[in-house]
Amino acid sequence: MKIIKLFLIIFILINFSQSKSDIKSEELKNKILKNIRCLICQGQSVYDSESDFAFSIKLIVEKKIYDGLSEKQIYEFLREKYGEWILYDPVLSKNTYILWLLPLLLFLFGGAIVYMNLIIKKK
Amino acid sequence: MKNKIFLFIIILFFIFCFIIFYKGLNNSNIYTPNINNKKDLPIFISKDFYLETEVNSEKIFLDNNFYILNIWASWCVPCRKEHPILMELSRNKSIKLIGLNYRDNLNNAKKFIDELGNPYSQILIDEEGTLAVEFGAYGVPETFIIDKNKKIIKKFIGPLNQKLLKEIKLFLK
Repeated sequence: MKIIKLFLIIFILINFSQSKSDIKSEELKNKILKNIRCLICQGQSVYDSESDFAFSIKLIVEKKIYDGLSEKQIYEFLREKYGEWILYDPVLSKNTYILWLLPLLLFLFGGAIVYMNLIIKKK
Repeated sequence: MKNKIFLFIIILFFIFCFIIFYKGLNNSNIYTPNINNKKDLPIFISKDFYLETEVNSEKIFLDNNFYILNIWASWCVPCRKEHPILMELSRNKSIKLIGLNYRDNLNNAKKFIDELGNPYSQILIDEEGTLAVEFGAYGVPETFIIDKNKKIIKKFIGPLNQKLLKEIKLFLK
């Protein structure tokens, strides 16, 4: 009887950890799919799109996660195949420096103007 | 004086923005991946169209030849239009034409080939469309030129036509 109980506990524990890792993979898959642009319906993410292309990408991402690739490696794979544009959130590289830094520079420039005006008004 | 310089900078900034946005208006809204990048040939396992047995990509692209991989489907109307071009290409002995049947019903695909002729030296099945993704394709038809070093040197998005056929022949020279 004790042995059966022990087996039952081990079985439940294994199943629990399995389902927990399944949920994690599903969450990761959805996160990645929401950051990939569908090249057929270009206003939609692959997550939202029902096109043939989106269907294939969903399968590929699932397969890559199953193969143990990280989120970054999957993005790298897709970028190599389709270019930077496929990602909604492009990574910082020499091609995207302006994209990432221009808003910051404009913000600093604007802030400097406002600051200067305030100092002039105080004087 | 200071105010004038400031005004001048602001106007210059707006002119710069205007030029950027005006140029942007003329750009197409539809993104197309770069078609001229050299890429390594993916390694994959697929199914043969007729034998339905597993085939390794290393055994398909074995010869020291130029290969042309064409992604097609029986439900794709432009594929029907480009088929005569492929038939013409298949007469060229210096290349091997490989077909990749994309997300298709096998019976319909076989009828398509029976009706229009088979230009391919081998046809592979891509039931889920994942193999097309490995090649960097996102629709049908798409055509890839693979050189003797097993690199994808050019891809054509959309159906082939006489103009593109000439371009392919130039590549093969």
